[in-house]
Amino acid sequence: MIKYIIRRLLYMIPVLLGVSLIIFVLFNVVSGDPTAVLLGKNATAKQMIDLREQLGLNKSLFAQYLDVVKSAFTFDFGYSWATKQEISKMILQGALPSLCLSAPAFIISTILSLLISIFVAYYRGKGIDLFVRVFCIAGMSISALAYILFFQWFFAYKLGWFEISGFEASFPELISYIALPAIIWIVLSIGPDVRFFRTVILDEIYQDYVRTARSKGLSEIKILLQHVLRNALIPIITYVVIQIPSLILGALLLENFFSIPGLGGMTLNALNASDFPVMKAMAILSSVGYIIFGLISDILYTVADPRIKLK
Amino acid sequence: MNTNSLWKDAFFRLTKDKLAVASLVIVLAYFIIAILSSLGLIASGWSQEVGASNLAPSIDHFFGTDIFGRSVIMKVIRGTQVAMSVGVAASLIAIPIGVTLGALAGYFGGWVDDFVTWLYTTFSSVPNIMLLISITLILGKGIFSVYVALGLTSWVHLCRLIRGEVLKHREREYVQAAAAIGGGHLRKLFRHILPNVSHIIIINTSMQFQVAIKSEVILSYLGLGVQGEPSWGTMIDDAKLELVRGVWWQLAGATLAMFFILLALNILGDALRDALDPKLKGK
Repeated sequence: MIKYIIRRLLYMIPVLLGVSLIIFVLFNVVSGDPTAVLLGKNATAKQMIDLREQLGLNKSLFAQYLDVVKSAFTFDFGYSWATKQEISKMILQGALPSLCLSAPAFIISTILSLLISIFVAYYRGKGIDLFVRVFCIAGMSISALAYILFFQWFFAYKLGWFEISGFEASFPELISYIALPAIIWIVLSIGPDVRFFRTVILDEIYQDYVRTARSKGLSEIKILLQHVLRNALIPIITYVVIQIPSLILGALLLENFFSIPGLGGMTLNALNASDFPVMKAMAILSSVGYIIFGLISDILYTVADPRIKLK
Repeated sequence: MNTNSLWKDAFFRLTKDKLAVASLVIVLAYFIIAILSSLGLIASGWSQEVGASNLAPSIDHFFGTDIFGRSVIMKVIRGTQVAMSVGVAASLIAIPIGVTLGALAGYFGGWVDDFVTWLYTTFSSVPNIMLLISITLILGKGIFSVYVALGLTSWVHLCRLIRGEVLKHREREYVQAAAAIGGGHLRKLFRHILPNVSHIIIINTSMQFQVAIKSEVILSYLGLGVQGEPSWGTMIDDAKLELVRGVWWQLAGATLAMFFILLALNILGDALRDALDPKLKGK
C-alpha cells in the first residue's frame, strides 16, 4: 500500500512535466510575441525589448520551460500582466468565494442525486423510473447557458427572490448572493449524476449476491442500502472525488454571470485580457488538483473494497 | 461470426427501437440542414433585414427578428451549420489520433504503451475547459481554433478505450491464427483486431459529438468561437442583454435547436451502445 502510494506520487513527476510541457508549448511557443498585444499599437521597438526582458521572454526556450516546471512545483506563478498583483495571492483571495458557492452546491447535489438514484433503483422499470430517466436526459440536453440566463432573469430579476449578482463575504448576507447560483449548479448536476448513479446501482442489482440476499428474505430496502450501495460505492467514489478539484476552479460561467469574485471569474477575466501568467497558473493549479484527487480516489478504493490490493 | 453479421445484427436491433430510429432521423435532418446551409441553399440571406427590430414570433417570422431585424430562424440554421461542422471536425481530428495511439499502445505494450499512457494521462490531467479556452485563446479566435481545440481534447477518452480493448484482443485465438499463417504486426492489428473493436469508435463518437456541440456553444458565448457568423452561443450571448427587455426568442430559438440535437444524440448513443455491444445489454 505504502509502496503503491510512493510509486503513484513519483508518477506525478512525469505527468506534471508533461502538463508543464503542454502549457509551455501553448503559451510560450505557439502564442508568438505577447508584447505587441500588451503594449498596443503605438509601442516602440525599445519598449517591446524592455518588456520582453521584464517578462523573462528573452531567455532561451529551455529556460522558459524550466520556469513553467518550477512554478508547477513551487506554486510561485509570478505576477499578473493585467493587475500586476502576485498571482498566488490572487488565487488565495479567489478561492474563498469560489468554495462558498461550489462546496455547498456540490455536497447538496451529490447527496440529492444519490437519494434520487436509490429511489428510482427501488422502483426500477416502473413509471417513476422512466419519468426520472426522461427528465434527466431532457435536462442534460438544455445548454447550461440557457439555465443560467433563464433562472437569473426569472428568479432574480422578475420575482426578485435573490440578488441579481454580486458577492458579500459575511455570513447571513452571503446566502442571498450564492443561493441562486448554487441552485442552478444543483439543477445542472442532477441530470448526469442521477444517470450515472442509477446505472451503477442497477449494474449491481442483477448480481448473484443480490439474489442470495433476497432468498434469505431480506427486505428490498435493506438489500439496496446495505448490499448494493456498498458494492456500487467504488465507481461512485471515483466519480465524486474526481470532481473535487473542479470545485476550486469554481463554475466559470456561474461566477461570470453572478459576478462572484472567485477563481472561475478570475480565469475568464484573464482570458479576456490575454493575461497569460494567470491562465498558466490556473491551468497548472487545476491539473495538480486533478492528479492529487485521482490518487486519493484510488486509495479510497481500498477503504471501500478491502479485496482490492493496490500493487 | 464475421464482422458483417455483427453490423447487420446491430442495425436490425436498432431499427426495432422506435425511439432510436426517430433520433437517427433527427440527427440526419440536422446534417441535411447543415449541408444545405453550407451550400448556400437555405438561410443564405441571414444577414439581411427582413423586418423591424426585435419583432416577436409570428406567422411571418417563426422565431421573430433580432435587434438588426434579421430573421432568428435563419440565424438558428446558420448556427446549426456551425455546431454540426464542429462535431464533424472534432471527430475527424480525434478519431485518427485516438485510434492510432490507442491501438499501438495496446498492441505493442512496453515503452510504446508507457509513452501513450503518459501522453493521455497528461492530457486528461488538464481540465477540459482550461485546455479548450487556452488553445482557442492562443490560436486566435475563430471557428478553426475551436475545431483544433476540440479535436485535441476529445481523442483522450477514445484512445484509452481502444487501448484497453486492443489489449484484450491481442491474445485471442483469432489473432494467434493470423500469426500462424504468417500475418505481420500491421496485418494483425489493422486487418484483424481493429475491425473487432471499431464499434467503440462509433459509440464514443456519438458521445463526443454532444460534448463538441456543447463546448462550441460555450466557446462562442465567451467570444472565442465563430466570428461574424451566427452561432447558438453568440445568440445566447445576445439574449443576455435582451431578456430584461422581454426579447426571449433568440434564447428560445438557440436553446430549442440545441435541445433536439442533444436529445437525439443522447438517445441514439445509448441505443448504439446496446446494439453494438451486446455484452452490455440489459444493464
